[in-house]
Formats: sequence, C-alpha cells, structure tokens
Amino acid sequence: MSGDGGTFLTDRRVRELGLGLLAALVTAGGYVLLALSEAPALPPDLWGFLAVVLGLFGLGHLALRRLAPFADATLLPLAALLAGLGFVTIARLDLAVPPERRLALTQAVWVGVGMAAFVGTVAGVRRVRTLERYRYSILLAGVVALLLPLVPGLGYEANGARLWIRVGTLNFQPGEAAKVLLVVFFAAYLTDHREVLTTGSRRLGRLSLPDARHLGPVLVPWGISILIMVNQKDLGSSLLFFTVFVAMLYMATGRLAYLLAGLLLFSGAAVFAYRNFTHVTDRVQTWLDPWADVQGRGYQLAQSLFALGEGGLTGTGLGLGRPDLIPNAATDFVLPALGEELGFAGTLAVLAAFLLLVGRAFRVAVEAPRPFSQLFAAGLATILGVQTFVIVGGVTRVIPLTGVTLPFVSYGGSSLVANFVIVALLLRISDETARGALDDARRRARHLEPAAVAP
Amino acid sequence: MNRSIRRVAAGISVLFCLLIAQLTYLQVIAADRLATDPRNARTFLRDFTTERGDIISADGVVLARSVPSDDEYRWQREYPTGALFAQVVGYQSVVVGSTGVERTYNDVLLGRRSLRLRLEELGDVLLGRPPVGTVVLSLRSDAQLAAREALAGQRGSVVVIEPATGAIVAMYSNPSFDPTPLAGHDPKQVQAAFDLLRADPANPALPRAYRERYPPGSTFKIVTTAAALAEGIATPGRTFPEVTSIPLPQSRNRIQNFGGRACGGTLEQGFVRSCNTTFAALGLELGPAFPTTIDAFGITTAPPLDLDPSAVAGSGPRPEQWKLEQPAFALAGIGQGPVAVTPLHMALAAAAIANGGVVMHPHVVAEIRDADGRVLRRTEPQGWRRAASPEHAATITGFMVATVERGTGTAARIPGVAVAGKTGTAQCGQGCPPHAWFVAFAPADAPRYAVAVLVENGGTLRDEATGGRVAAPVAAQVLRSLLGR
Repeated sequence: MSGDGGTFLTDRRVRELGLGLLAALVTAGGYVLLALSEAPALPPDLWGFLAVVLGLFGLGHLALRRLAPFADATLLPLAALLAGLGFVTIARLDLAVPPERRLALTQAVWVGVGMAAFVGTVAGVRRVRTLERYRYSILLAGVVALLLPLVPGLGYEANGARLWIRVGTLNFQPGEAAKVLLVVFFAAYLTDHREVLTTGSRRLGRLSLPDARHLGPVLVPWGISILIMVNQKDLGSSLLFFTVFVAMLYMATGRLAYLLAGLLLFSGAAVFAYRNFTHVTDRVQTWLDPWADVQGRGYQLAQSLFALGEGGLTGTGLGLGRPDLIPNAATDFVLPALGEELGFAGTLAVLAAFLLLVGRAFRVAVEAPRPFSQLFAAGLATILGVQTFVIVGGVTRVIPLTGVTLPFVSYGGSSLVANFVIVALLLRISDETARGALDDARRRARHLEPAAVAP
Repeated sequence: MNRSIRRVAAGISVLFCLLIAQLTYLQVIAADRLATDPRNARTFLRDFTTERGDIISADGVVLARSVPSDDEYRWQREYPTGALFAQVVGYQSVVVGSTGVERTYNDVLLGRRSLRLRLEELGDVLLGRPPVGTVVLSLRSDAQLAAREALAGQRGSVVVIEPATGAIVAMYSNPSFDPTPLAGHDPKQVQAAFDLLRADPANPALPRAYRERYPPGSTFKIVTTAAALAEGIATPGRTFPEVTSIPLPQSRNRIQNFGGRACGGTLEQGFVRSCNTTFAALGLELGPAFPTTIDAFGITTAPPLDLDPSAVAGSGPRPEQWKLEQPAFALAGIGQGPVAVTPLHMALAAAAIANGGVVMHPHVVAEIRDADGRVLRRTEPQGWRRAASPEHAATITGFMVATVERGTGTAARIPGVAVAGKTGTAQCGQGCPPHAWFVAFAPADAPRYAVAVLVENGGTLRDEATGGRVAAPVAAQVLRSLLGR
C-alpha cells in the first residue's frame, strides 16, 4: 500500500473505530441503566457484555480493514448503534415476560449471525460486477424465496401473514432475502435497458410514453406486489417492493412518467384492496380513527400512541415504563417501546441515525462510478429509507399500519441478516469507488511525474 | 442518473421530516393528554406494581403494608388489622378502585409527590430504597380497639377527637369489613368479594361515622343552647314552665317530654333533664336565626376530613322554611325533624364546646415520614369554625358536667374525672327503635378527648333504649380506657 492509500485507510477506518466505540458505549450504557432499574448494582455480566459488543463490532471492523479498507466510515457504526439500541429495548421487554418467552439471547445470536453474513458478504462479493453477471440466477433465487412460504409443509402463517418458512427448529422470512436479490436484478436489468426506457416513443398530449412492452418493468414488480399482498397478506412487504422498484425505475430513467404510472397502479391496487380485503379495510379504518374501538381493532395502535405519549420528551427511563403493554413490542412496535422509556430524545436519535444511514447510502450511490453500482446502491438506500418510513409511519399513525421490521432494531433474524448484508454491499460499492478514485489519482500521478521532472 | 437519485433521497428526507413532526406531536404536544388518557392502563398499573409506603397508627401498629408477591403486580397490599381500621385506611383495589387513606394519600404512599429535595431522592434511588412515604395516622389502635369493645357488636359508631387539634383518635363503626379480599389481584375473586359486601343488608362497607346521617336527638340541645345564648334569647337562669307538652304552630300536633313527664325550670335544669318542651320552645323563639348557629357548628357542611370519599354534610332547618314550616324549628330545637348529622358532626360539636367554642379541622393523618422514619410533614392544628364564644362554651360545659353528675348522663360518670356529656334518644319513626346517642368530653376542665357515640336503633335494648342507658356507658368505657381509669 502506498503512502497516500495508507493515509486514506487510517483516516476512514480510524474514524469508523472511534464511532464504533461510541456506539458500543451507548449500547453498554443502556444495558447498565436497564440493570439499575432492577437493582442498585451494575449488571454482573457487564464486562462480558461489553466484550461481546466490541467483539462483534471489531469483527466487522477488521474485515473491512482487510477486505474493503477504503469503504465509508459511518455505515457500520450506525448499524451497530441501531442494533445495540434494538438489543437493549428487546432485553428490556424481556424483563416483563417469563424466561421461556425471552428474546434477547436469540437476538444476540442473530446479531452474531448478521455480522458473520456481513463479513461473508464483504469477503465473498469482491466485485459488484460479479453480481451483475448473475442477474438471472439472482432473479430466480429471489422469486423462489418469495414463493417459499407458500409451499405447503414448509411455509406457515403468523399474525395473519404467510411469510415464514420453518426448517427444523429454525424460522426464516425468505422475503427479507428476496428483497436484496430483487434489487440486484432490477439494478442490472434497468442498467441494461436504460436507454430504451428513457426515450419515449409514443406521445400522449405533452407526455411521451414508452412502448407498452417497456412498461413491463413497472408491471412485473406491480404484479409481484399484488401477489404478495393477496397470497401472503403481507401489506408491508408489498408496499415496500413496489415503492422501491418504482423509485429505481425513476432513478434509472429520470422520467416522472414512471412515478406517475406507479402511483396510478398503486392507487388502483390500494382502492381495490381496501374494498375487497377485510384486513386492508381494518388497517385503514384503524388508521383513520384508532379511538373508535380502542379495546378491539384500534388496540395495538392506541397502545403505541399511549406509550409514545407516556414517554414524552425524555422518557420514563429504561426499565421504568410499561412498554410490555404494547402488543408485538419487540418486532413491529419496537420504536414506541423504545420511545416510552427513552422519550422523544430517544426516538429522535433513532430517526437521526436512520437519516444518516440512508443519507450515507445515497451518497455512496451518487459517488459510484458505474451505472449499475449507482442504481444498486440507490436501490439499497431506498429499501432502508422506505422500510423505516413504512414501519415508523405505521406505528405513529402517519400512514396505515403495515407490518415490516424496523431495520437493525426490531427483533428478527432474517431481517437483521438481510440488513447487515445490505450494509456490507453498500460498503463494498463505497470501497470500489474510493479504490477507483485512488487508482485514477495514482495513474495521473504516474503520467505527470515525468513531465514534472522534464526540463 | 445522479439528479434523480438525489431527488429520491430528498423525497425520503421529506418523509422522515413527516415522521419527526408526528413524533414531536405525539411525544411533546399531545404527550400529557395521551399519558393521562383514562384508557391508558399505565397510570393505573403504576399504582399497583410499585411498592407502597406503610400506613401506621399513632401508636405504631402497621395498618397497611406492601409485601412482595409472585404475580405480575410484584407487590401485594396487606391489612394486618383487618376490619378494625377498614373504614379509615380503606383499601387499594385493582377492580373496584381505592378508598380511604389509601386513596387520599396515594401520591405520598407511592412516592410520586416530591417529598424532599430531589438530590436526596436520587440518593435513595441509588441505594435501592423507594422514596415512598409512611403515613402515620392520628388514630390509635388501642382507642380503636376500645371503641370496638365498648360497642360490643351493637350497630353504631364511636368517634373520638382531640378538641384542641382536631386529630381523630378513634373512628370505628359496626359493622365493618375486612379489606383484604378487595386488595387481591384476581379480578373475579375481588369482584365477588365486593358484590358480597354490597349485598349485605347491614352495609358494612359504609363508614357510618362520617358518611351516614342520623337525627341527633337531644344531643343537639348543645347547639340549640349555644344558639339561644348567642342570640341573647336565653340566659342560664331563665326559667321555662313545667309542662308535659307544648303546642306546635301551624299544626295540631304537640311536642311531648320523654315519657310524657312534666319538665321545665331554668335553662340549666332543662338541659340536665333534657326537657323537650324547653328546647322546642327555644327552637321556635330562635326561628329564622337558628340556622346561623347550626351552620357555625359546621353541621350543614361536609367536615373537611382528609379521606376520600370524604365526610358528608348534615342538614338543618333553612331560614326560608320559617314562613310555612314553623314546626320544623321546634323539632330542630330537640334534634329531630329537619336535623340530620353524622356521628363525626356531633363529635366536632362536643369538641367545639371543649375547645372554647372553636371547631378544629378534623384529620386522620398526623404526619408523613420518609423511609428512614424522619418526619417530612406534620398536620398542623388549624381552626375550622367558631361555633360559640368562650363564655358560652364554658356555660354549656357546666350544663354538660351537671348532666353527667346528676342528670340523664350519670352512666358516663368516671371516678375522679369530671366528664361533660349530653344524652340523646333520637326518634326515627313508627316501628323503628330510637337511636341512642351520647356526646361527651373529659376531663371537663382540661379536655383531652371529645367523643360521640351512636348506637343504631337502641342496640341490644331496642325500644327500651335511651342515650343514657345504651350510649353513655359506651362513651364512658372508651374515655376510661383512653384516660387510663
């Protein structure tokens, strides 16, 4: 490694280490506060806990040092902070339930698995171009993953949605993997067909429309979304898929017409769903007036709003509220659970972390040199941003509630693993970008040097 | 492509701003409303899942305490003295709500009200000590026991007050109830216990001492006398005719003396012998001026007792009744007709005479202590009303002492102690044995305790009962126990 590369490396990785230590400090601080709410003593396993937190972060950090030394410095610490806060919230919810229903240990294991997947991705995907090459295999894998829960004997239904598969004692939500796989495919597909999709061939008034056959890319994800909604009753994923793909289409072509077409299709599907699916009707009516039936349909949302109100500006303090009164507090409703005890200060911090995470991800996209990398990174950034909006908006009554996880924070292995993989891929793209820039600079330097010494 | 990526990023930022705006609304602007919404179970649960402070009697007996429990509430409230203090201490119930001191001093018992400097509280929290207060009552368990024993199972109430401070020393009613089943955590069992209590015709959940009104009968002649003295209508020496009955205006009925006997003489003699004719006449002479003194004794007001549900107001004749309902004033003169009071009202009336005419704020809580036993707040004696001038109070004290020495109240005599007292035998209608009353204070020259005793429907003597035969011995027994005689 040459001198300029070395400075670059120390610069980004050292910052990452510093930020990671801060994230570990916040996590350990939450863990200590949690223990203090139970007994006036430090948690006996504090040092072990801190060792695990630092160890997990250190694992990712070292992998990056070795395999992607020029990657962005903030993405991993932000993911670590969110996962840490999520773990503390889940550990807090454990205090209110009998040992056999506790989730923190499982979550910790899944964070470990997520970190392993992170390292695996950074190590396995040495060039983003590789992914581009296997686009159709990846599409196949994505579609299969989406359909797996529908296979009798393998998939099963939970909380009214069929998105799980069970292998032995392990449960997966293959939709989380499908999410990433389909973004890869779409980034590749859209990169190939950008030109065709951008130049409209038909005109309708002032709008120029692309050929009907080029509308395929909009109709296919729309069809997939409808399928998910009808078969798996998973509104959240359905909404997420569709939004992300329409956004990617727009980003690839820069044509507002696709956004409008997407919006129209979405509206049509939404109205149809509202009229024909009781679970959709319920969600929308609860959203419009959660207070009409607080003991019944509106119960979940009302508990969420009560918890957030109870938290107020600074929260009740960790361990001192009753977030266990919120149904599904560890998964869909993890933000109000955190917001009750850490208050507006806590929810604002979480949202700020997401905003930075998504912002950095978009920055990676904008800086990337090749269209595929750009579109791929932007797609991943959009997933993170839209998913966060869909669930936080759902539990705070900005939009009707649809169950998706809050990335990194919610309990759930598939989601954690998928999100760590997303961050790993973003870091890989970021590293490639920086490496390319570095190579360019070196090349220029080599060309200039002789000129500089020439008489 | 960069432009459209930036646009999508900007769009997502706008969405995040929406989220932050909504969180600001929920957690800052609407936070209080949401937190205190009655449908928010948190407020309620917080009361039940934290350790509460103890409630103890003035003589240090634990009346209510929290012990750890294995269920979701983590703490179980216990009432070691059971029915003895139930109508003052009350109970804390998941299902049927809370009453009594448990309710009025909830914030202190939970440590929710800031007891001390916040810095000190922080120390407590770090030491693992909940910053909860201990509530110390002015009631004494020995006095309460003496009251229960003296009533000997008869339905009725005993109220003992320190005249100079308004501190309630004993307040016991029969029947009472055990609050323990109501404090249970199984909603079905609690509801069943509550329903059983409500279905009991004797109504043991009713704190008769401060929430049930009775005609006070002749004990009310204390108030009539004070009114007559205050209005200048009578002097202690004024004589009244010896008659068996007097006619009522605007009516064909007459008011008779007890047992149809002739009764009269000076005001003092009329008081000592409890002549109805004398006091009915005074009631008529007072007329529309009578309510002024009745109000001054606090009879028509709810005494500001520190309990929830609190004491109820009594009633008396209203000035506007004078025109059309003059017999009401004659009946009021002897504590019948429109007059209805709680035993607490009569204890306060006796205490007022004992305290030079001033009624003190009645209270059941003497002080609040912290977990270390340091006194944080003490209930300071506070005047509530002036019922009579010191001279008139002294005059009435003389009448009451004479009543116990040689009048209707001889059953309340205590050797070596001058007791001031007044009997009452209150009619409650056809086929309803009279209520037996006795109000007193002792020692008469330096009063330490004022007491009111009510025995419903004549107690064990039924129709044969008089205040002197049934209630006076109860009062004497309680006073003897308190004075150590």
